[in-house]
Amino acid sequence: MDTVQPTAVALDEATVAFRLADARVYTAVEKARLSVAHGEFVAIVGPTGCGKSTLLNVAAGLLKPAAGAVRIFDQPLTGLNRDAGYLFQADALFPWKTAIDNVAIGLEIKGAPRAMALERAQGWLTSVGLGAFGNRYPHMLSGGQRKRVGLAQVLIRDPKILLMDEPFGPLDAQTRQIMGNLLLELWTADRKAVLFVTHDLEEAIALADRVVIMSAGPGARIIGDWKVTLPRPRDISEVRMEKQFHELHREIWSVLKDEVMKGYAQSSQAAEAS
Amino acid sequence: MSRLTLLFWQLMVAVVALSLWQFFATVPVFGRMLLPPFFFSTPVDVASQIYKWFATGVIWKHLMITLWESVLAFVIGSVGGVLVGFWFARQPRVAAVFDPYVKMMNALPRVVLAPIFALWLGLGIWSKVALGVTLVFFIVFFNVYQGVKEVSTTVLDNGRMLGMSERQLTRHVYWPSALSWMFSSLHTAVGFAVVGAVVGEYLGSAAGLGYLIQQAEGVFDVGAVFAGMFVLSAFVIVIDFGVTLVERRLLVWRPAPVARD
Repeated sequence: MDTVQPTAVALDEATVAFRLADARVYTAVEKARLSVAHGEFVAIVGPTGCGKSTLLNVAAGLLKPAAGAVRIFDQPLTGLNRDAGYLFQADALFPWKTAIDNVAIGLEIKGAPRAMALERAQGWLTSVGLGAFGNRYPHMLSGGQRKRVGLAQVLIRDPKILLMDEPFGPLDAQTRQIMGNLLLELWTADRKAVLFVTHDLEEAIALADRVVIMSAGPGARIIGDWKVTLPRPRDISEVRMEKQFHELHREIWSVLKDEVMKGYAQSSQAAEAS
Repeated sequence: MSRLTLLFWQLMVAVVALSLWQFFATVPVFGRMLLPPFFFSTPVDVASQIYKWFATGVIWKHLMITLWESVLAFVIGSVGGVLVGFWFARQPRVAAVFDPYVKMMNALPRVVLAPIFALWLGLGIWSKVALGVTLVFFIVFFNVYQGVKEVSTTVLDNGRMLGMSERQLTRHVYWPSALSWMFSSLHTAVGFAVVGAVVGEYLGSAAGLGYLIQQAEGVFDVGAVFAGMFVLSAFVIVIDFGVTLVERRLLVWRPAPVARD
């Protein structure tokens, strides 16, 4: 890969803190150091509530770090990250727009003529396998189909960076695999820098070039960074059978397991205290 | 239940109720009339009164006046409610300043305003429109305010990440969300517009359904009072049906409520 390309996303000692209702300060993420190269697929895995999404929101510019710096293509990030497309965990489609209008909107707000925006949107709907569903409203689509529309909605703007927050979390296991393969297929065709948050280690290894592990919060840190050298193109369900996959999984899981247990203990303590 | 049987039973309720009414108002039971026609009239008399109104055509003028007042009250009240609701929701400081006054005005029973409006605006349609507006405005206002406040943060963030400016967010996110809330209150708002018009007419006017009922009551013509009430209910049902059609057209994007048998 071309090494002259600047780093797409660089978090330098980024600390994120929230002020709680009782004026205490809760540090979600502490001194996170993370970089995503141009065209690299990085997955962040961590126990529930460790601040993975927080980190993603920092990269998106939706949250400002309390300390540390965020650089996007070597430029300090101010305001929203205009180079990034964001695929949310929850339903984020505009429910009052049809699927095709949901996809076309990204171009329309940039001032593209409507006819052209619709034509391109139709193209993107076709490439996510929903060519015939353009006139459906989100509530008429299944969860997986809505995610496809969401993917098309983000990709039509051709962002250089793709931020994904457990995008396939709410889907069933089969649909997740299908969506994972679709994502890889689209990503292979046009390599963007991807920051993919998930709590599913298998999904992370199957998709990514690098897997980053976060510790349990509060004050979550990045505690591990593994390269995934499984050959591409990959098929999500087949890659899981490979020996290398299992070895990597065992290695990462031995680190992750402790954090998951810690996170679990903390959340049950919090539940008891309240 | 199939549609036809449902319709049959719905009709049966009316038939039975009207027959009982007619029976007890004309046939003495144990030497006493249970529903003396002077106080309760009879369905036949009421029907002939309604027929007379439509045959001579007098009713149309009153219906048109009431309809016109309701429409004006609805349109003015809704537009005002949408604009102010939107403004307050987007400017929390303004909302905070006006909050006690909004609550105060909403707490006021609107009927007491009728004499004031009659004084200010005369006995023509505008005093009735004003009364309807004070009712419609608050319903629409509260709904739009709520609608803008409760826009899903994920959808908003998505709009921002897709590159929408504040203006585009207003157009593509806040506005549709507010409108959907407004439409969910449409039936109530239309109903209140009619209430405002009729109550206004009842308290002082020279035309309209409220006037018709008030006149009949003044001469103890109970049959005409009931006739006015029936025409009024039919009128509201027709308007409500119109609203349902508009709603279906505009809210296609909303999931239909799950129907159960």
